[in-house]
Amino acid sequence: MKCVKCRGQAVLELRRHNSAFCREHFYEYFERQVERAVREFEMFSAADRVLVAVSGGKDSLVLWDCLLRSGYRADGLYIGLGIPGYSDRSAEKVRAFAESRQVALRELSVPKEFGFDIPQAGKRLRRPACSPCGLTKRYLFNREALSGGYNVVATGHNLDDEAAVLLGNLLHWNTDYLGRQSPVLEARGEGLVRKVKPLVRVTERETAAYAVLRGIDYIVEECPMAVGAQSHLYKEVLNRLEQVSPGSKHQLLFGFLERGRGRFQSSRNLDLRPCEECGQPTTAKVCAFCRTRHLVSSAG
Amino acid sequence: MTARVTMPIPEPREWTVPAGKQVRDLLRELNLNPEAVIVVRGDTLLTGDRIIEPGDEIEILPVISGGRR
Repeated sequence: MKCVKCRGQAVLELRRHNSAFCREHFYEYFERQVERAVREFEMFSAADRVLVAVSGGKDSLVLWDCLLRSGYRADGLYIGLGIPGYSDRSAEKVRAFAESRQVALRELSVPKEFGFDIPQAGKRLRRPACSPCGLTKRYLFNREALSGGYNVVATGHNLDDEAAVLLGNLLHWNTDYLGRQSPVLEARGEGLVRKVKPLVRVTERETAAYAVLRGIDYIVEECPMAVGAQSHLYKEVLNRLEQVSPGSKHQLLFGFLERGRGRFQSSRNLDLRPCEECGQPTTAKVCAFCRTRHLVSSAG
Repeated sequence: MTARVTMPIPEPREWTVPAGKQVRDLLRELNLNPEAVIVVRGDTLLTGDRIIEPGDEIEILPVISGGRR
């Protein structure tokens, strides 16, 4: 198979674009897609300070790599979740990445700061660990961005992630979530930092390919807490569709963003105030994270 | 005249396959969706039409990640 640009040996076929690219032209394609998402959705500019949430997985490290290559002011934030073995191995990948590029990495440890780890939180709450994990990470992303003077938090969510979330929300007709789904969650004056997803135009497969070709050493193993997660099923279904009908994931997500989302209105209470305990923005007296933290601690 | 094929996740797996077949046929035989994996040889990737050579060390990397959101 030949590169559609230079007729050299292709390294990846992109059926959804009816294309194949050699290494150099794949880099060009991928980085352009990321830059296009940043510009089209007005995620940030060169003047912004971006905090990249890095897990050690391919998506977040590729995102950080791309933003640095494009000249953005992007530092990393790693949150240790206390998942035995996995957290240590993922932290090593992140540290090695930051060291090799001589870029700033902020590190936090949930067990050290709060006295429990994410597997314990899931058990004590009798919920899948992904639930307190997501809440904790969102809370800390915002808190750390504010305290560090960053005006944007960037996460490695890709086209597959966003299409899978959309499929889940459609299957359950979560109209509130449908009204909110976006590659950009705007900042709020009350202390909510803007959150963006610059990989929204590239697939998980393209991101993995970019990581391997660029020699980015990421943690290949899946988070043990996420095994059997519903999102994996949705992704498998979407990949089956993609195999038969290339471009389906893009059509689903971008069709929704362009023509569907406006039909759903989020009923979310928009009155934000500081949490009485931690000061982070919330719609209640005490924020969801502090309430969860108390529940986990009291069940221990 | 064989090649060694490994896949690290979800469980480490390994196959010895006859050389001479195309990557896309290998994926089909292993019942893997080409949209959900990349095929690595050394520091590069193989497209579906590439022929597996004798002595190749090939790694199939599944690409799905992420938890419940």
